[in-house]
Amino acid sequence: MHTLIAEGLRKRYGDLFALDGFDLHVPAGVIHGLLGPNGAGKTTAVKALATLIDVDEGTASVAGFDVRTQAARVRRSIGLVGQNAAVDEILSGHQNLVMFGRLYGLAKSGAQTRAAELLEVFGLAEAAHRPAKTYSGGMRRRLDIAAGLILTPAVLFLDEPTTGLDPRGRNEVWTSVREVAGRGTTVLLTTQYLDEADQLASAITVVDHGRVIAEGTPEQLKRRVGGDRVTITLRGPVTDLAARLGGVADEDDHTITIEVTSGLAALVRTLDDLGIVPDDLRLRHPTLDEAFLAITEKEAAR
Amino acid sequence: MTTLRAGWIITQRELAHWVREPWGPIFGLLFSIMLLLVFGFLFGGAITVPGGGDYIAFLLPGMMALSMMFGVETTATKMAADAGKGITDRFRSMPIGSASVALGRVGADMTNSAAELLVLILGGLAIGWRITSDPASAALAVLLLLWLRFSMLWIGIFVGLAFRGGGATSAVQVLVWPIGFLSTAIVSAETMPGWLGAVAAWNPLSATATAARELFGNPTGLTDGVLAGHAVWLALAWPLVLAAVFVPLSARAYRRLRD
Repeated sequence: MHTLIAEGLRKRYGDLFALDGFDLHVPAGVIHGLLGPNGAGKTTAVKALATLIDVDEGTASVAGFDVRTQAARVRRSIGLVGQNAAVDEILSGHQNLVMFGRLYGLAKSGAQTRAAELLEVFGLAEAAHRPAKTYSGGMRRRLDIAAGLILTPAVLFLDEPTTGLDPRGRNEVWTSVREVAGRGTTVLLTTQYLDEADQLASAITVVDHGRVIAEGTPEQLKRRVGGDRVTITLRGPVTDLAARLGGVADEDDHTITIEVTSGLAALVRTLDDLGIVPDDLRLRHPTLDEAFLAITEKEAAR
Repeated sequence: MTTLRAGWIITQRELAHWVREPWGPIFGLLFSIMLLLVFGFLFGGAITVPGGGDYIAFLLPGMMALSMMFGVETTATKMAADAGKGITDRFRSMPIGSASVALGRVGADMTNSAAELLVLILGGLAIGWRITSDPASAALAVLLLLWLRFSMLWIGIFVGLAFRGGGATSAVQVLVWPIGFLSTAIVSAETMPGWLGAVAAWNPLSATATAARELFGNPTGLTDGVLAGHAVWLALAWPLVLAAVFVPLSARAYRRLRD
């Protein structure tokens, strides 16, 4: 049983297909990452699933309701946290949540209770009665997320929730997202930050040009990109050696990054034969950045 | 019921803004008073009203009509700001009727404009303006002024939704001045060159200003022409026409957010 289903979504703006046969299947209760560069169609996909826009082709359902024919029921089952922190900056955090709560149909007293609860959960209780414009970026984002959770929705859409935040704000938002998922809400998280998807999501869909180009767990995606990487740090120039070893040189950092295809032992032997003693040698998994690059390059070559 | 309730909640948001940041609306009200004083005393001495009568008595209903028209600027700016900040999208993702957002705007702006009218009436009374008709006529004058504001609201909602960039709202801010002054709000059409006077007489603002003058018992500055004798009907009809055009256009602009 999938909480989010999109099949063959197409959405055209002029000559550009923002969605070009987009498919998505997300089971209940997970954080699912939608990863792609700017303009890949992530926001269009979220808007289509959140009933904000009509698609030209394809079908989609959220929490078992069709986005086209049962939009009102979908809206009752979702929270949308868009790219801008869509909170009222003049009102306090508490006033914002009470307003949104009442719009979701809660009575005034119920909305006030719910607002207080959410402010507590998101660490905003102390700032509850200050205007939202005095909040830090991270606080504003958390208020934004809280506003999407008033009815404890089945699905929360988070469209690039950490764009423009400093590392601290980013961490605060990550903690909040895990908190949300821990309470059983399915989260669809779009991001351009690969480590963000890696950190939060149990499965990732990679999108480019409105289409899915890869899908899987972060581990699976990384494996698709091939073996582990070794980074060697040397004193002195690295370019020539990098060419001989089949790696990528970085003269500024004095490092060579090599994809390990035939085992680490062979590499160490080669270095030994050349009489080279590295300052540092690290073995690591490929980053999602490298994974993304490899996947999109393969896609472009096709 | 849910649409009205949601509209009211969105209206209350604006009322809460005024409590939190009263200086914006207070300066808005002071601006109306300032304009009133500038025209009443600075320019007023040089203006004679055709057909006779005191300029302050002529000016006040015109200023009221002008301030109702200037309201279009507030509506367009706030509508565009909410759309730009994603607040409109948040409302659209909620289980509320699709007219709620516009209704919330209507409630907030009508309240704001009613306050502005009240301030102009009190300010006018303070500088010697008088209502010389009966209370029922005066009440009808106020209703006609608010009726003009209501039609302007829909122009503002349409502009704010259809042109979400800052350019359109800036254009509205600039355009209200020539359109506002090319009317009988400040001076009588009969003092203008013939063709300009004809244009000014057909300005919807002129219909409301003249109707309000008649109903408050103030000099109209008219000796003949289309407005004389038909002003009240025109002040009912013009906003009706504008609303009939811009309510559907606004609804369409709201639907087109789905494109």
